[in-house]
Amino acid sequence: MSVLVYLESENKAYKKTANELASYAAELANQLNTEAIGLVINNDQPEIIGGLNQIISVNNEALDTYTAEKFASLISVAFEKSGAQYLVIGSSADSKYLGGLISAKSSSGYIPNVIALPENIDGKTAFKRTVFTNKGYALTTPKTKRCIIGLSKNSFGSVRSDSGSRVESMILDVIDDPVSLISKSTVNGKATIADADIVVSAGRGLKGPENWHLIEELADVLGAATACSKPVSDLGWRPHSEHVGQTGKPVATNLYIAIGISGAIQHLAGINASKIKVVINNDPEAPFFKAADYGIVGDAFTIVPQLIEKLKAFKAENA
Amino acid sequence: MKILVCISAVPDTTSKINFTADQKSFDTGGVQFVINPNDEFGLTRAVWFKEQQGAEVHIATVGEASVEPIMRKALAIGADKAFRINTHPLDGFLVANTLSEHIKTEHYDLVICGRESIDYNGNMVPGLIANHCNFAFINTCTSLTVDGNKATATREIDGGSETLETQLPLVVGAQKGLVEESDLKIPNMRGIMSARTKPLEIITPSSLETLTEDLSFEKPDSKGAITLVDEANIDQLIELLHKEAKVL
Ligand SMILES: Cc1cc2nc3c(=O)[nH]c(=O)nc-3n(C[C@H](O)[C@H](O)[C@H](O)COP(=O)(O)OP(=O)(O)OC[C@H]3O[C@@H](n4cnc5c(N)ncnc54)[C@H](O)[C@@H]3O)c2cc1C
Ligand SMILES: Nc1ncnc2c1ncn2[C@@H]1O[C@H](COP(=O)(O)O)[C@@H](O)[C@H]1O
Repeated sequence: MSVLVYLESENKAYKKTANELASYAAELANQLNTEAIGLVINNDQPEIIGGLNQIISVNNEALDTYTAEKFASLISVAFEKSGAQYLVIGSSADSKYLGGLISAKSSSGYIPNVIALPENIDGKTAFKRTVFTNKGYALTTPKTKRCIIGLSKNSFGSVRSDSGSRVESMILDVIDDPVSLISKSTVNGKATIADADIVVSAGRGLKGPENWHLIEELADVLGAATACSKPVSDLGWRPHSEHVGQTGKPVATNLYIAIGISGAIQHLAGINASKIKVVINNDPEAPFFKAADYGIVGDAFTIVPQLIEKLKAFKAENA
Repeated sequence: MKILVCISAVPDTTSKINFTADQKSFDTGGVQFVINPNDEFGLTRAVWFKEQQGAEVHIATVGEASVEPIMRKALAIGADKAFRINTHPLDGFLVANTLSEHIKTEHYDLVICGRESIDYNGNMVPGLIANHCNFAFINTCTSLTVDGNKATATREIDGGSETLETQLPLVVGAQKGLVEESDLKIPNMRGIMSARTKPLEIITPSSLETLTEDLSFEKPDSKGAITLVDEANIDQLIELLHKEAKVL
């Protein structure tokens, strides 16, 4: 009754999130006194990470492009064959796409947005997950023998790094997917909101799109992704893909810097899962000051340029 | 084309979330319910298909009688017929299972769900339906066109987008982008009047099986006080982020 964890690959290598997922699986297996097994698809160097006991490696050209039905079928078969009790998956767009499909195919409950190892409640194994877009938590228990755990990003950390175990290949059939990929476009070279450790976000306080060079420069210095509040994308100042919040993209980064954002409940709900929040706003009464860890009351147009210069100096010193 | 839009009733986005004293359930006291925002995009697109290409649009909600005002609103926006599956939506599996049963009897070509509901954030109903009904499935859908039996969609992925093609029958997980926010339909007087007489059928589900159970709920810890840094002292902020928060 082991723990299987699906570790996504990108360009034939582990995605950045792999270590945290593997760490979680290893700790869960440890708690259950069993083994943790990684499942990797088309990865050229599937070495052991995050304290796993074993890697199952699947290689097949037909899996070079991701489509959900194809991947879900294959992962369900691997879940079955491995005899694992738990399947841990991540919270990327691709992994969330798989959750419901694998749940149906493997007749196992799916508990998404999990943020911790299970606890025992009246003899039941309960997983803590976020609900109401971070406005609350539920403790949820599976009623099925096998169960899928969707781990929230940056909720557990890459706590394990020990390595050294077996890599085995497995040959699995790939089904024809009724959905076919026609084209794909990604922003290359720039950090994305989903992957970045730091997100620099700005709101209507920035006054207009012509001022966003400040936000981009700050993001560049920090290697951060840029984001914005909903009205900013509604006004067309920034692309919709940057809209974060309850009705936009969720943000769970190590550091979230909010500039000229008031901190409306719908905005906060979507970014609350970030570890450290910094606010820069000229209105000391802005609700964001109640939600943030650090803050500066003042004008973004004088603070941000200084912050950029000082961070450049800091980076040069600590390089 | 026959379309079903699955609509969940969720707390208005401004709601403060509270749980009952025994922490066993969500406290609905004083909470205003709305159509789940992702479903609203899907509903507007469905009505667009009806107006532009000719389609019959049904909606379905799994819930008790208290969800009917939301369903009437969806009818006022332009759906033709509503089905309420009469049970408390305990988990995503139960919701998907009972909806699938309905989908199989009505033979829809297109089922539009939201990518996720903003209450329990289950992320699973459309995927489960696709499997139960053996439909194709496209999630995080930001555009959708249908030409005969062929559907073309774009999907948001982390850091970009994809264009996908498939055949009907299809389930999509809708989100912002599927229609422009400024095009979201708001019920007008005529819509509201006609919604009163549109059919709203109540269905008794045949199975109430669930795969998970929510044992209890908690609110997040209230946050500690903020550390304010003077605007003349930006170095201190960098120092704090480096040494105390350890994020730089
Ligand atoms: C159904 C629904 C869903 C929603 N979903 C979301 C969501 O997902 N995400 C989201 O973000 N919002 C969402 N909203 C909108 C939300 O309610 C707020 O309106 C929005 O977040 C406000 O954006 P803002 O902070 O950029 O703008 P404002 O509220 O206008 O705030 C601008 C801030 O900038 C400050 N400021 C002004 N000038 C300066 C300066 N020179 N220097 C520093 N600070 C300055 C002001 O003090 C103010 O606090 C939703 C609303 C609804 C109704
Ligand atoms: N009780 C419900 N009744 C009808 N549709 C629902 C219900 N709950 C969820 N859905 C649909 O499934 C989508 C995803 O919900 P979820 O899987 O709960 O995040 C929603 O956007 C709705 O389209």
